[in-house]
Amino acid sequence: MADAPTLPTIPPAAAQRRAPRRLSPATATVLLAVAALVAIALFMTVDLKGNLGYVLPRRGVRVGAMVLVAVAVGISTLMFQTVTANRILTPSIMGFDALYVLIQTSLVFTVGASTVNTAPPALKFVAEVALMVVFSGLLYRWLFTGGARSLHLMLLVGIVLGTLFRGFSGLLQRLMEPSEFLILQDLFFASFNQVDPALLAVAAAIVGAIAVAVWRMRHTLDVLALGRDAAVNLGVNHRRAVTMVLVMCSVLVAVSTALVGPVTFFGLLVVSLGYQLCRSFSHAWLLPITILLGVVALVGGQLVLEQVFGFATALSIIIEFTGGLLFLYLLLKGSLK
Amino acid sequence: MAAPPVERPAAADPSAAAPGRSAARPTREALLLVLAGLGILALAVASMFVGVSDVSLPNLLAGDETAWQVFWVSRIPRTLAVILAGTAVAVAGLIMQLMARNRFVEPSTVGTVESATLGILVVTVAAPAAPLLAKMGVASVFALLGTALFLAVLQRLPARNTLLVPLVGMMLGGVIAAVTTFFAYRYDLLQTLNNWMVGDFSGVLRGRYELLWIVAALTVAGYVAADRFTVAGMGADFTTNLGLNYKAIMRLGLTIVALISAVVVTTVGAVPFLGLVVPNMVSLAFGDNLRRAVPWTAVFGAGFVLVCDIIGRTIRYPYEVPVGMVMSVLGAAVFLVLLLRGRTIRG
Repeated sequence: MADAPTLPTIPPAAAQRRAPRRLSPATATVLLAVAALVAIALFMTVDLKGNLGYVLPRRGVRVGAMVLVAVAVGISTLMFQTVTANRILTPSIMGFDALYVLIQTSLVFTVGASTVNTAPPALKFVAEVALMVVFSGLLYRWLFTGGARSLHLMLLVGIVLGTLFRGFSGLLQRLMEPSEFLILQDLFFASFNQVDPALLAVAAAIVGAIAVAVWRMRHTLDVLALGRDAAVNLGVNHRRAVTMVLVMCSVLVAVSTALVGPVTFFGLLVVSLGYQLCRSFSHAWLLPITILLGVVALVGGQLVLEQVFGFATALSIIIEFTGGLLFLYLLLKGSLK
Repeated sequence: MAAPPVERPAAADPSAAAPGRSAARPTREALLLVLAGLGILALAVASMFVGVSDVSLPNLLAGDETAWQVFWVSRIPRTLAVILAGTAVAVAGLIMQLMARNRFVEPSTVGTVESATLGILVVTVAAPAAPLLAKMGVASVFALLGTALFLAVLQRLPARNTLLVPLVGMMLGGVIAAVTTFFAYRYDLLQTLNNWMVGDFSGVLRGRYELLWIVAALTVAGYVAADRFTVAGMGADFTTNLGLNYKAIMRLGLTIVALISAVVVTTVGAVPFLGLVVPNMVSLAFGDNLRRAVPWTAVFGAGFVLVCDIIGRTIRYPYEVPVGMVMSVLGAAVFLVLLLRGRTIRG
């Protein structure tokens, strides 16, 4: 009897906070999946002419890269926000991808482009990711565990760190031999149009493995979302879980940056939209919805830009613009409360 | 009656409590300032003899014509440009900080520089043949609008959160920069855009930097009106209460900051974080007495950019690294230190 009144009161209270017209998580997932498939199908087939054996694999590689980036950015941002218990911090805003570019640059700067280039790509990638994990781990553990946890301070420190990393990479690139810089240039100005097919396979394997691992720990993530004290109380090894999440985030950011270069606000955009769309706070729904949104946004956005407006590489600029506005909105909304 | 404390913030000095030292202190201070000025002069002389062409003292004394020509056409204008830009941007940062009453704002963290860049881009696209002065004018108007937009947003923030202010400003700058990049991309001007986004003195020659003298006049204006900006930073009511016209002061400050940023961006490109680093350093070293802070800010601004420019010219000799790149690394590092140092004090 004592339990009976408490159970039914939860759904109305929850429904009150959200608009009643929202889709159920399952419907949203199915609709998004359909939209993603349509976008991919259109992207592969629209304006298809010429040598199919040449065009289709090229388009396939681009779609593959976009899907991988959507998965990597979606998962990493969602986990990062869960662990840090807020909706505005993302790995990119905290300078993760700038750090990756800096590590790549420093690697070429110290050991030379020829060594970097002759090493097998998989080994090189693993080495870069390992460095990335170590440095970001040190940096962000220090930041997250250090005394005052003012959100604004962390954001500002993250943004300035990103500026510092970018500035330092820029400086190192200037100090390089022009021939070495040329090799790096391919990496930095990577866009959704130029993706290395060899890298794609490695990236797919890594992202796939992490996606499986994250899916298996989705319930742990639900608990982590309750905050540190609650999570510890419910028997989660908080420190270990957070470290794992940060490591996985570092790897995912490294993969996505290696594939298409830094896209600062993409994660913020899709995860914010995902929370708006998903009526549930369960990661079992949030994860697929965020990923599918990412696929729709990237593939659909690229399709619309290319076919309707005739711009090829402007998608990342548009993401920066809308993402920046969203960030400002979240920032001002949060502080005006 | 209300005027004296406004005109002389020095009244709050401990000198009143220690009359014996009051006479000695300004002299010592002036002496230090003169020494610092001499230091800048030494740096400037050093700057004149750094470069690829063979310009050395014996060379000049021997009457080598090429050496003299390089000296007059390139080295002296460059050094002057560095000093003018360094002084002006540092003082503009200080004024910005006074008006927003926030230590972490400066033209490149509130969108002023980004707006100026957008302005130059617009005029380059719309009227490519426009003279430099016209470009500067348009850039100034854009810089003015951008800064006014930031100040308008600032007024709406309920609590003046020290960290929220620069955060909002930097994001605003980022959004404006995204618009600029988009149009630059659309009109194939991305490379040109880079010239304005990254400050670089290597293109400074005689006949190409003289407009920077405008900022020297603006810097002096800023110095004369500095105490008014402090008062304006305290709020509209407070300012009016002291018999000053709040809106006029804010307009003046806005104009000075926007003009300085626009002129510097059009002639040499953006010099990031300078207006943030220098005033904070001065404040740490000499406290917040404005009459003292402004000259020191000017001197250190010039010195800092001189050092960065010399570093940029020697680090990869015979090539040059733009001063904007050196500044963005050093500036961001100092900004971080300031932020985290603040945390330990607050925490």
